[in-house]
Amino acid sequence: MDALDSYLNPQGAALSLRNKRMEILGSNIANAGTPNFKARDLDFASAYKAALNETDVATTQPLHLASLNSTASDAQTLYRVPVSPSLDGNTVELHVEQVQFAENATHYEASLQFLQDRLQTLRSALKGE
Amino acid sequence: MSGLSIFDVAGRAMAAQQVRLNTVASNLANAQTVSGSADTAYHALRPVFETNYPGNQEGSGLATVDAVEVKQSTAEPEKRYSPTNPLADKDGYVYGTNVDTNEELVDMLEASRQYQNNIEVLSTAKSLMLKTLSIGK
Repeated sequence: MDALDSYLNPQGAALSLRNKRMEILGSNIANAGTPNFKARDLDFASAYKAALNETDVATTQPLHLASLNSTASDAQTLYRVPVSPSLDGNTVELHVEQVQFAENATHYEASLQFLQDRLQTLRSALKGE
Repeated sequence: MSGLSIFDVAGRAMAAQQVRLNTVASNLANAQTVSGSADTAYHALRPVFETNYPGNQEGSGLATVDAVEVKQSTAEPEKRYSPTNPLADKDGYVYGTNVDTNEELVDMLEASRQYQNNIEVLSTAKSLMLKTLSIGK
């Protein structure tokens, strides 16, 4: 179980964080016209590092499942510093958000592909092909 | 998973932009109406957008938007001297609207662009979710 976990966890944690970031960026885009809304973002590199280094809850029985990564939902979101601040106090810059959103979606797909490849490898090994 | 998903966020933002488009349409439709007094003259409608955090928790990163109310613009309506108009007051004035059509058109473009952006978010999220569902196949 542990070996399987550590084999799939890097991609799983990445996917979960990418999903989280997609929600944050989606919220920014949704609030592009709201006065005084402050755009947020996730520092993916540090959040990912934290997600992987997280200490699991104690498992006293061999059948206990390892804790799900809670870091993804608790990850600290940071405020974005606007390139050119607007008069209504809104710090969403659509072009910035769109680029970040597209980048995030691509990385999500990449992580998904890596996870799929790992599963494929595992399946090949099991079948002994 | 909180009560609100990215689909809710984008969906509600689209509803808010829809309200904004509605007010623009109403304002443009009424741009040429006249009235007998400044009070009864048509005042441009403006939606008020407000960020909505699920469960009032800003930390979750999720934030959608609601058009909480529609207010009337407080700008002075246009006053025109037109004594032959049947609606004219005793001094011969009629009152137009305070709708600025240029402003409305700019507002309309912005609303439609932001609506499109939300559709883009929705369809990207949807296709990623579908791909995730078919993982391992």
